[in-house]
Amino acid sequence: MTAEPALVQKVTIRDLKFFYGDSLALKSINLPLYERKVTAFIGPSGCGKSTLLRVLNRMYDLYPRQRAEGEVLLDGDDILAPTTDINLLRSRIGMVFQKPTPFPMSIYDNIAFGIKLYERLSKAELDNRVEGALRSAALWDEVKDKLKSSGLSLSGGQQQRLCIARTVAIQPEVILLDEPASALDPISTAKIEELIDELSSRYTIAVVTHNMQQAARVSDYTAFMYLGSLIEFGETPKIFTAPQQKQTQDYITGRFG
Amino acid sequence: MAEHIVRSFDNELEVLGRSIAEMGGLAEKMLSDAMEALSRLDTDLAQHVVATDPRLDALQRTIEEQAILTIARRQPMAVDLREIVAAIRVSGDLERVGDLAKNIAKRAMKIAGEVRMPRALIGLRHMSDMAALQLKDVLDAYAQRDEARARAVWLRDGDLDALDDSVFRDLLTFMMEDPRNISFCTHLLFCSKNIERVGDHATNIAETVVYLVSGNTLPTERPKGRGGLRGDLG
Repeated sequence: MTAEPALVQKVTIRDLKFFYGDSLALKSINLPLYERKVTAFIGPSGCGKSTLLRVLNRMYDLYPRQRAEGEVLLDGDDILAPTTDINLLRSRIGMVFQKPTPFPMSIYDNIAFGIKLYERLSKAELDNRVEGALRSAALWDEVKDKLKSSGLSLSGGQQQRLCIARTVAIQPEVILLDEPASALDPISTAKIEELIDELSSRYTIAVVTHNMQQAARVSDYTAFMYLGSLIEFGETPKIFTAPQQKQTQDYITGRFG
Repeated sequence: MAEHIVRSFDNELEVLGRSIAEMGGLAEKMLSDAMEALSRLDTDLAQHVVATDPRLDALQRTIEEQAILTIARRQPMAVDLREIVAAIRVSGDLERVGDLAKNIAKRAMKIAGEVRMPRALIGLRHMSDMAALQLKDVLDAYAQRDEARARAVWLRDGDLDALDDSVFRDLLTFMMEDPRNISFCTHLLFCSKNIERVGDHATNIAETVVYLVSGNTLPTERPKGRGGLRGDLG
């Protein structure tokens, strides 16, 4: 048996509070995201898990009355600091949403678009990167003969993998997935889960899901949130077989209410 | 514990629990009847024990089917998952207890013609009382989700092993005294081994109860008896 490499905290969330106007949506969250591990966020609607994900790449910046307090350290640097370059941050922390959001352009351009924002590459290099990203997202074989077709012509599951390819193309360090499979059929869901598994060898991944079994399947660590608080965080096998907190147990066994 | 939002899930777990209780009662009765049959060399009672075993087997099968169905249907998590795994394990142990009781009953029928009962039978009775108590205690611990009680059963198993050693010595002496004793003493030896195994199954159930209640597993090394004469013979 080989020893597990030591865990590195890629992201460290410290005493994070988040406000929508005057209402407190996150109540002092403390949590690590370990490097090259998958962390799942579970909890009932409105518990703050999506909010937390949105804080991690400062999505909330787009809205005037939303603000965060505390620290979110990415490799030790506070991404909440006003000096943070948001564009650079979003190239390091990519996000995939619940509903596939392909751009109304060709499959090829869906991927190339993001790359061109950050890098100036030759046509050959760009081709390479697009192919690499599509391969990473397990989509290459299905689209290689129709790269010029519209991204919107793909099925829902393919569109979602296209979005993941788009995220991967930028070569981020952290990937945030907000309910990435909730709109997909079981086969497409399985493909996304397989993808998460593969990507986790290279990226730090955070995934929000309402599907408990999915959280149990894809993640190494699980965080259970409720009413804006982090109730329990731990290794996934432990959380789903013998959680420490009664609230966690009630939620994952369907006793909440 | 609070009820599930889906109430039929609670029903399924309740049915499982009731079936386990029924199996427990049946296994206990089979063991005490088998020992009674052995003590009195009562072939009718022994026959009754043998005839009861299929009921226990059928119950176990039903529990397993129910448990598998529940896993497929509910994808249970946390305590629910442990509950179902526990039901599968406990029913397996109880089914084995029934088999061991049946084996004792069969041996009782075989030696029923013998008139000479050695004093070792006293030790055997003592063993079976202890095993029955262990079984009863652990089934109570299971029913009441009582971790402390389960741990106590687990720790006490060593006593039964020690008693098994002393019964072994008695029977050996008896066989050496008179070779005509060998045949039925051998049967009694197997009986003592069976009873000792009932204790092992009680210990297994104790481990399951601890897991069910706390999510923790007990150490793999179980407390061993002090004697150790039969340590090598298993």
